[in-house]
Amino acid sequence: MSKSNLVSQFTNGLWAENPSLVMLIGMCPTLAITNSVANALTMGMATMFVLVCSNLVISLIRSQLQAHLRILVYMLIVATFVTVADYMLQAYLFTMSQSLGPYVPLIIVNCVILARAEICAAKKGPVTSFVDGLGVGLGFTFSLTLLGVIRELFGSRSILNYQILPDSFEPWVVMVLPSGAFLTLGLVIGLVNYLRSRKRVEA
Amino acid sequence: MTSDLIFVFITAAIINNFIFKYFLGICPFLGVSKRTDMAMGMGFAVTFVMTVAGVLTWIIYHMILVPMNIQFLQYITFILVIAGTVQLVEMYVRKFFPNLYESFGIFLPMITTNCAILGACLFIQKFEYNLIQAAVFSLGGGLGFAMAITIMAGIREELNFSDVPRYFKGPAITLISAAILAMAFSGFLIKR
Repeated sequence: MSKSNLVSQFTNGLWAENPSLVMLIGMCPTLAITNSVANALTMGMATMFVLVCSNLVISLIRSQLQAHLRILVYMLIVATFVTVADYMLQAYLFTMSQSLGPYVPLIIVNCVILARAEICAAKKGPVTSFVDGLGVGLGFTFSLTLLGVIRELFGSRSILNYQILPDSFEPWVVMVLPSGAFLTLGLVIGLVNYLRSRKRVEA
Repeated sequence: MTSDLIFVFITAAIINNFIFKYFLGICPFLGVSKRTDMAMGMGFAVTFVMTVAGVLTWIIYHMILVPMNIQFLQYITFILVIAGTVQLVEMYVRKFFPNLYESFGIFLPMITTNCAILGACLFIQKFEYNLIQAAVFSLGGGLGFAMAITIMAGIREELNFSDVPRYFKGPAITLISAAILAMAFSGFLIKR
């Protein structure tokens, strides 16, 4: 595996196959816990940890997998790492794990992880899978954080609890409510579609 | 007791609707909501699996995991129970309702990774419901999901005939319509 291939595998996950903005998978956490930047960052990091570990393990055992049992094996591997991540969060970031609540265990059924296991880890070697996990994980974290920034900025005037907008700005309560999540994501996806189509015309 | 159960049901189905409050099951909500009949089929499949899985995981959690003090295995156990339930339902439907099976197609296996199901099982343990409440909660949650996905499919059928800006076609406009729907549902939240 040459170096340039690894780099393209990495950047692929960041933008061209960005899970939540382009592939439209893993929407539940994207919508649910982006009401503040801190939540979004933690969630992205936890997902990235699970994604990298499960990609690596699945890639190492890929020759042993039976076709009809593979999904079950993926699920068990992912569930194991999610349990690890959940207990780590509870040990070191207790308040954060309280505010994320059931969304940490729900990483198990995050389609991003299963999709990468099926598309990449089950076919390619451990190094490629590891890099792919890093790239997709970072892309996922990036899109979560982007939504978190927009929603926290307009919804509570702050980013990471530092006030940015002046007091005269009336916070848009809707942005921290569920409907704000749908609205922001819809607008961002529209914007991404626009940017991608413009790039295609130029190229 | 009965009023308590009705409260649990209404809360799960409408006030804390799985899609509009907890954002669980968004993937099928966006993927399978193109036609009302398919959306309803998906909704009822989810309701069924959710109720069975909710009751089964309650029993396993309280009869096996808690007495043996191995709650840390709950995620792995729950996902196995859900996968098993889906497999059983799939076999049952294929044997006895072949037409229904044809129309479900790939949705049934997809339910395994539907986060609404695992979410329901986790919420039941978190809210410390008893067995009957757990059954009512998962039934209500499933019906709420079916309702939401059917409404959305109705809206999307109408959207086909409207003039949507080019870059907003597809998922973007669906999400924005969902935002307006969610706003209507959050009316239930504020008056508490």
